[in-house]
Amino acid sequence: MSLTALAFYLFASITVFSGFMVIASKNPVHSVLFLILAFFNASGLFLLLGAEFLAMLLIIIYVGAVAVLFLFVVMMLDINYTEMREGFLQYLPIGALIGLIVLVELIMVVGVWQVAPEIIGTPAVAAAPDLTNTEALGAVLYTQYIYAFQAAGIVLLIAMIGAIVLTLRTREGVKRQNISQQNRRTPQTAIEIKKVKVGEGL
Amino acid sequence: MEIGLGHYLIVSALLFTMGIFGIFLNRKNVIIILMSIELMLLAVNINFVAFSSFLNDLAGQVFAMFVLTVAAAEAAIGLAILVVYFRNRGNIEVEQINQMQG
Repeated sequence: MSLTALAFYLFASITVFSGFMVIASKNPVHSVLFLILAFFNASGLFLLLGAEFLAMLLIIIYVGAVAVLFLFVVMMLDINYTEMREGFLQYLPIGALIGLIVLVELIMVVGVWQVAPEIIGTPAVAAAPDLTNTEALGAVLYTQYIYAFQAAGIVLLIAMIGAIVLTLRTREGVKRQNISQQNRRTPQTAIEIKKVKVGEGL
Repeated sequence: MEIGLGHYLIVSALLFTMGIFGIFLNRKNVIIILMSIELMLLAVNINFVAFSSFLNDLAGQVFAMFVLTVAAAEAAIGLAILVVYFRNRGNIEVEQINQMQG
Protein backbone atom coordinates (compact mmCIF):
# COMPACT_ATOMS: atom_id res chain seq x y z
CA MET A 1 0.00 0.00 0.00
CA SER A 2 1.43 3.33 -0.99
CA LEU A 3 1.92 6.19 1.42
CA THR A 4 -0.89 8.16 -0.22
CA ALA A 5 -3.34 5.31 0.20
CA LEU A 6 -2.27 4.90 3.83
CA ALA A 7 -2.81 8.61 4.49
CA PHE A 8 -6.17 8.49 2.73
CA TYR A 9 -7.42 5.60 4.83
CA LEU A 10 -6.13 7.24 8.02
CA PHE A 11 -7.79 10.59 7.30
CA ALA A 12 -10.99 9.04 5.97
CA SER A 13 -11.46 6.64 8.88
CA ILE A 14 -10.82 9.34 11.49
CA THR A 15 -13.18 11.72 9.67
CA VAL A 16 -15.99 9.19 9.58
CA PHE A 17 -15.36 8.06 13.15
CA SER A 18 -15.35 11.59 14.54
CA GLY A 19 -18.41 12.39 12.43
CA PHE A 20 -20.13 9.53 14.19
CA MET A 21 -18.92 10.70 17.59
CA VAL A 22 -20.32 14.20 16.90
CA ILE A 23 -23.83 12.82 16.82
CA ALA A 24 -23.36 10.05 19.38
CA SER A 25 -21.41 11.59 22.26
CA LYS A 26 -23.31 12.47 25.41
CA ASN A 27 -21.66 15.80 26.13
CA PRO A 28 -22.14 18.56 23.51
CA VAL A 29 -18.67 19.92 24.29
CA HIS A 30 -17.23 16.56 23.20
CA SER A 31 -19.40 16.80 20.09
CA VAL A 32 -17.83 20.14 19.20
CA LEU A 33 -14.33 18.80 19.80
CA PHE A 34 -15.04 15.80 17.57
CA LEU A 35 -16.40 18.21 14.95
CA ILE A 36 -13.05 20.00 15.06
CA LEU A 37 -11.26 16.65 14.64
CA ALA A 38 -13.50 15.82 11.67
CA PHE A 39 -12.66 19.14 10.02
CA PHE A 40 -8.93 18.67 10.58
CA ASN A 41 -9.00 15.27 8.93
CA ALA A 42 -11.22 16.47 6.10
CA SER A 43 -8.65 19.16 5.42
CA GLY A 44 -6.08 16.34 5.31
CA LEU A 45 -8.22 14.72 2.62
CA PHE A 46 -8.28 18.04 0.75
CA LEU A 47 -4.49 18.15 0.92
CA LEU A 48 -4.35 14.66 -0.61
CA LEU A 49 -6.62 15.88 -3.39
CA GLY A 50 -4.27 18.77 -4.12
CA ALA A 51 -6.59 21.52 -2.89
CA GLU A 52 -4.13 23.10 -0.48
CA PHE A 53 -5.86 26.48 -0.32
CA LEU A 54 -9.23 24.98 0.58
CA ALA A 55 -7.60 22.75 3.17
CA MET A 56 -6.12 25.76 4.95
CA LEU A 57 -9.41 27.65 4.50
CA LEU A 58 -11.26 24.77 6.14
CA ILE A 59 -8.98 24.92 9.17
CA ILE A 60 -9.16 28.72 9.44
CA ILE A 61 -12.91 29.06 8.93
CA TYR A 62 -14.26 25.93 10.56
CA VAL A 63 -11.81 25.27 13.37
CA GLY A 64 -10.96 28.89 13.96
CA ALA A 65 -14.40 30.45 13.70
CA VAL A 66 -17.38 28.13 13.38
CA ALA A 67 -16.37 25.43 15.86
CA VAL A 68 -15.23 28.01 18.40
CA LEU A 69 -18.58 29.79 17.97
CA PHE A 70 -20.33 26.49 18.66
CA LEU A 71 -18.12 25.94 21.69
CA PHE A 72 -18.97 29.40 23.06
CA VAL A 73 -22.69 28.85 22.63
CA VAL A 74 -22.60 25.36 24.17
CA MET A 75 -20.75 26.68 27.19
CA MET A 76 -22.77 29.90 27.48
CA LEU A 77 -26.24 28.37 27.54
CA ASP A 78 -27.13 26.90 30.90
CA ILE A 79 -28.92 23.77 29.76
CA ASN A 80 -29.37 20.36 31.30
CA TYR A 81 -28.03 18.28 28.46
CA THR A 82 -28.79 14.92 30.06
CA GLU A 83 -32.49 15.79 29.94
CA MET A 84 -32.11 16.42 26.26
CA ARG A 85 -30.90 12.91 25.62
CA GLU A 86 -34.32 11.50 26.47
CA GLY A 87 -35.89 9.94 23.42
CA PHE A 88 -32.45 9.13 22.01
CA LEU A 89 -33.29 5.42 21.82
CA GLN A 90 -36.84 6.14 20.76
CA TYR A 91 -35.64 7.78 17.54
CA LEU A 92 -32.80 5.30 16.96
CA PRO A 93 -34.70 2.77 14.78
CA ILE A 94 -36.33 5.29 12.44
CA GLY A 95 -33.11 7.32 12.21
CA ALA A 96 -31.04 4.21 11.52
CA LEU A 97 -33.54 3.06 8.89
CA ILE A 98 -33.55 6.38 7.03
CA GLY A 99 -29.78 6.75 7.33
CA LEU A 100 -29.30 3.23 5.98
CA ILE A 101 -31.65 3.87 3.05
CA VAL A 102 -29.83 7.08 2.14
CA LEU A 103 -26.43 5.40 2.46
CA VAL A 104 -27.46 2.43 0.29
CA GLU A 105 -28.88 4.75 -2.33
CA LEU A 106 -25.76 6.92 -2.35
CA ILE A 107 -23.47 3.89 -2.62
CA MET A 108 -25.61 2.44 -5.42
CA VAL A 109 -25.28 5.74 -7.26
CA VAL A 110 -21.51 5.80 -6.72
CA GLY A 111 -21.23 2.15 -7.76
CA VAL A 112 -22.82 2.41 -11.19
CA TRP A 113 -21.86 6.00 -11.93
CA GLN A 114 -19.41 6.89 -14.72
CA VAL A 115 -17.99 10.16 -15.97
CA ALA A 116 -19.30 10.99 -19.42
CA PRO A 117 -16.25 10.73 -21.71
CA GLU A 118 -16.79 14.11 -23.35
CA ILE A 119 -16.63 15.85 -19.95
CA ILE A 120 -13.15 14.65 -19.05
CA GLY A 121 -11.32 16.61 -21.73
CA THR A 122 -13.36 19.83 -21.41
CA PRO A 123 -13.17 21.35 -17.94
CA ALA A 124 -15.15 24.53 -17.27
CA VAL A 125 -12.09 26.13 -15.68
CA ALA A 126 -8.92 24.31 -16.60
CA ALA A 127 -6.30 24.25 -13.87
CA ALA A 128 -3.09 25.75 -15.21
CA PRO A 129 -0.31 23.25 -14.57
CA ASP A 130 2.45 25.76 -13.78
CA LEU A 131 0.53 27.69 -11.12
CA THR A 132 0.14 26.76 -7.48
CA ASN A 133 -3.35 25.94 -6.25
CA THR A 134 -3.79 29.29 -4.52
CA GLU A 135 -2.64 31.29 -7.54
CA ALA A 136 -4.87 29.33 -9.90
CA LEU A 137 -7.90 29.77 -7.63
CA GLY A 138 -7.27 33.47 -7.25
CA ALA A 139 -6.89 33.87 -11.02
CA VAL A 140 -10.38 32.52 -11.67
CA LEU A 141 -12.07 33.77 -8.49
CA TYR A 142 -11.40 37.45 -9.17
CA THR A 143 -12.13 37.31 -12.91
CA GLN A 144 -14.57 34.64 -14.00
CA TYR A 145 -16.43 34.30 -10.70
CA ILE A 146 -16.24 37.91 -9.54
CA TYR A 147 -20.03 38.36 -9.27
CA ALA A 148 -20.45 35.14 -7.30
CA PHE A 149 -17.55 36.26 -5.10
CA GLN A 150 -19.24 39.61 -4.43
CA ALA A 151 -22.51 37.82 -3.71
CA ALA A 152 -20.71 35.62 -1.18
CA GLY A 153 -19.40 38.78 0.46
CA ILE A 154 -22.93 40.18 0.66
CA VAL A 155 -24.15 36.92 2.19
CA LEU A 156 -21.48 37.22 4.89
CA LEU A 157 -22.30 40.90 5.49
CA ILE A 158 -26.00 40.14 5.89
CA ALA A 159 -25.22 37.24 8.20
CA MET A 160 -23.07 39.52 10.34
CA ILE A 161 -25.71 42.26 10.50
CA GLY A 162 -28.41 39.67 11.18
CA ALA A 163 -26.48 38.07 14.03
CA ILE A 164 -25.80 41.47 15.61
CA VAL A 165 -29.41 42.65 15.25
CA LEU A 166 -30.74 39.39 16.64
CA THR A 167 -28.58 39.27 19.73
CA LEU A 168 -28.41 43.00 20.52
CA ARG A 169 -30.55 44.00 23.47
CA THR A 170 -30.93 47.18 25.49
CA ARG A 171 -30.88 46.29 29.15
CA GLU A 172 -32.90 48.16 31.73
CA GLY A 173 -31.15 49.81 34.64
CA VAL A 174 -27.70 50.12 33.13
CA LYS A 175 -26.14 53.57 33.65
CA ARG A 176 -24.19 54.91 30.69
CA GLN A 177 -21.98 57.97 30.43
CA ASN A 178 -23.43 60.71 28.22
CA ILE A 179 -20.61 63.16 27.68
CA SER A 180 -22.58 65.92 25.91
CA GLN A 181 -25.15 65.86 28.68
CA GLN A 182 -22.35 66.18 31.24
CA ASN A 183 -20.81 69.10 29.38
CA ARG A 184 -24.16 70.89 29.13
CA ARG A 185 -24.51 71.07 32.91
CA THR A 186 -24.29 74.60 34.33
CA PRO A 187 -23.82 75.71 37.96
CA GLN A 188 -27.44 76.89 37.95
CA THR A 189 -28.81 73.43 37.33
CA ALA A 190 -26.21 71.55 39.33
CA ILE A 191 -25.64 73.58 42.49
CA GLU A 192 -28.12 74.84 45.04
CA ILE A 193 -26.87 77.44 47.53
CA LYS A 194 -28.44 77.40 50.96
CA LYS A 195 -28.02 79.87 53.76
CA VAL A 196 -27.33 77.95 56.91
CA LYS A 197 -27.94 79.65 60.18
CA VAL A 198 -25.19 79.53 62.73
CA GLY A 199 -25.69 76.88 65.34
CA GLU A 200 -28.34 74.98 63.37
CA GLY A 201 -28.10 72.23 60.85
CA LEU A 202 -30.03 71.97 57.63
CA MET B 1 -4.55 -0.14 -4.50
CA GLU B 2 -4.92 3.20 -6.20
CA ILE B 3 -7.15 5.70 -4.41
CA GLY B 4 -9.77 6.78 -6.93
CA LEU B 5 -12.69 9.14 -7.09
CA GLY B 6 -15.01 6.44 -5.75
CA HIS B 7 -13.15 6.28 -2.43
CA TYR B 8 -13.69 9.96 -1.77
CA LEU B 9 -17.32 9.73 -2.83
CA ILE B 10 -17.90 6.89 -0.37
CA VAL B 11 -16.30 8.87 2.46
CA SER B 12 -18.54 11.82 1.67
CA ALA B 13 -21.60 9.55 1.39
CA LEU B 14 -20.81 8.16 4.85
CA LEU B 15 -20.41 11.66 6.29
CA PHE B 16 -23.65 12.83 4.70
CA THR B 17 -25.47 9.84 6.16
CA MET B 18 -24.01 10.67 9.57
CA GLY B 19 -25.48 14.14 9.23
CA ILE B 20 -28.96 12.84 8.42
CA PHE B 21 -28.70 10.21 11.15
CA GLY B 22 -27.64 12.87 13.65
CA ILE B 23 -30.67 15.02 12.88
CA PHE B 24 -32.98 12.09 13.57
CA LEU B 25 -31.08 10.89 16.62
CA ASN B 26 -30.86 14.20 18.47
CA ARG B 27 -34.38 15.43 17.94
CA LYS B 28 -34.23 17.64 21.03
CA ASN B 29 -30.86 19.34 20.87
CA VAL B 30 -30.67 22.13 18.28
CA ILE B 31 -26.92 22.55 18.73
CA ILE B 32 -26.25 18.95 17.64
CA ILE B 33 -28.67 19.41 14.73
CA LEU B 34 -26.69 22.47 13.58
CA MET B 35 -23.48 20.44 13.87
CA SER B 36 -25.08 17.68 11.78
CA ILE B 37 -25.86 20.25 9.10
CA GLU B 38 -22.20 21.30 9.19
CA LEU B 39 -21.20 17.65 8.70
CA MET B 40 -23.50 17.38 5.67
CA LEU B 41 -22.03 20.55 4.17
CA LEU B 42 -18.55 19.13 4.76
CA ALA B 43 -19.58 16.00 2.85
CA VAL B 44 -20.78 18.20 -0.03
CA ASN B 45 -17.45 20.01 0.03
CA ILE B 46 -15.51 16.74 -0.13
CA ASN B 47 -17.59 15.79 -3.18
CA PHE B 48 -16.90 19.13 -4.85
CA VAL B 49 -13.15 18.98 -4.22
CA ALA B 50 -12.88 15.31 -5.23
CA PHE B 51 -14.58 15.92 -8.57
CA SER B 52 -12.57 19.09 -9.07
CA SER B 53 -9.32 17.23 -8.48
CA PHE B 54 -10.09 14.20 -10.61
CA LEU B 55 -11.59 16.13 -13.53
CA ASN B 56 -8.78 18.70 -13.28
CA ASP B 57 -11.34 21.50 -13.17
CA LEU B 58 -11.03 24.41 -10.76
CA ALA B 59 -14.73 25.31 -10.77
CA GLY B 60 -15.43 22.70 -8.11
CA GLN B 61 -12.98 24.28 -5.67
CA VAL B 62 -14.43 27.74 -6.29
CA PHE B 63 -17.90 26.47 -5.49
CA ALA B 64 -16.62 24.58 -2.43
CA MET B 65 -15.41 27.98 -1.22
CA PHE B 66 -18.91 29.42 -1.69
CA VAL B 67 -20.35 26.47 0.23
CA LEU B 68 -17.91 27.31 3.04
CA THR B 69 -19.14 30.92 3.02
CA VAL B 70 -22.77 29.90 3.23
CA ALA B 71 -21.99 27.38 5.97
CA ALA B 72 -20.27 30.03 8.06
CA ALA B 73 -23.18 32.46 7.58
CA GLU B 74 -25.66 29.73 8.43
CA ALA B 75 -23.81 28.81 11.62
CA ALA B 76 -23.66 32.45 12.73
CA ILE B 77 -27.35 33.13 12.11
CA GLY B 78 -28.43 29.77 13.54
CA LEU B 79 -26.50 30.25 16.75
CA ALA B 80 -27.76 33.83 17.09
CA ILE B 81 -31.36 32.62 16.77
CA LEU B 82 -30.56 29.91 19.31
CA VAL B 83 -29.18 32.42 21.82
CA VAL B 84 -32.20 34.72 21.41
CA TYR B 85 -34.57 31.78 21.76
CA PHE B 86 -32.80 30.59 24.89
CA ARG B 87 -33.02 34.09 26.34
CA ASN B 88 -36.77 34.13 25.82
CA ARG B 89 -37.67 30.57 26.73
CA GLY B 90 -34.94 29.24 29.01
CA ASN B 91 -34.52 26.01 27.05
CA ILE B 92 -33.75 24.98 23.47
CA GLU B 93 -35.81 21.84 23.08
CA VAL B 94 -36.86 21.45 19.48
CA GLU B 95 -40.13 19.76 20.34
CA GLN B 96 -41.31 22.82 22.22
CA ILE B 97 -40.51 25.25 19.41
CA ASN B 98 -44.06 25.61 18.17
CA GLN B 99 -44.92 29.11 19.30
CA MET B 100 -44.45 30.55 15.81
CA GLN B 101 -47.00 28.34 14.07
CA GLY B 102 -49.41 31.24 13.78
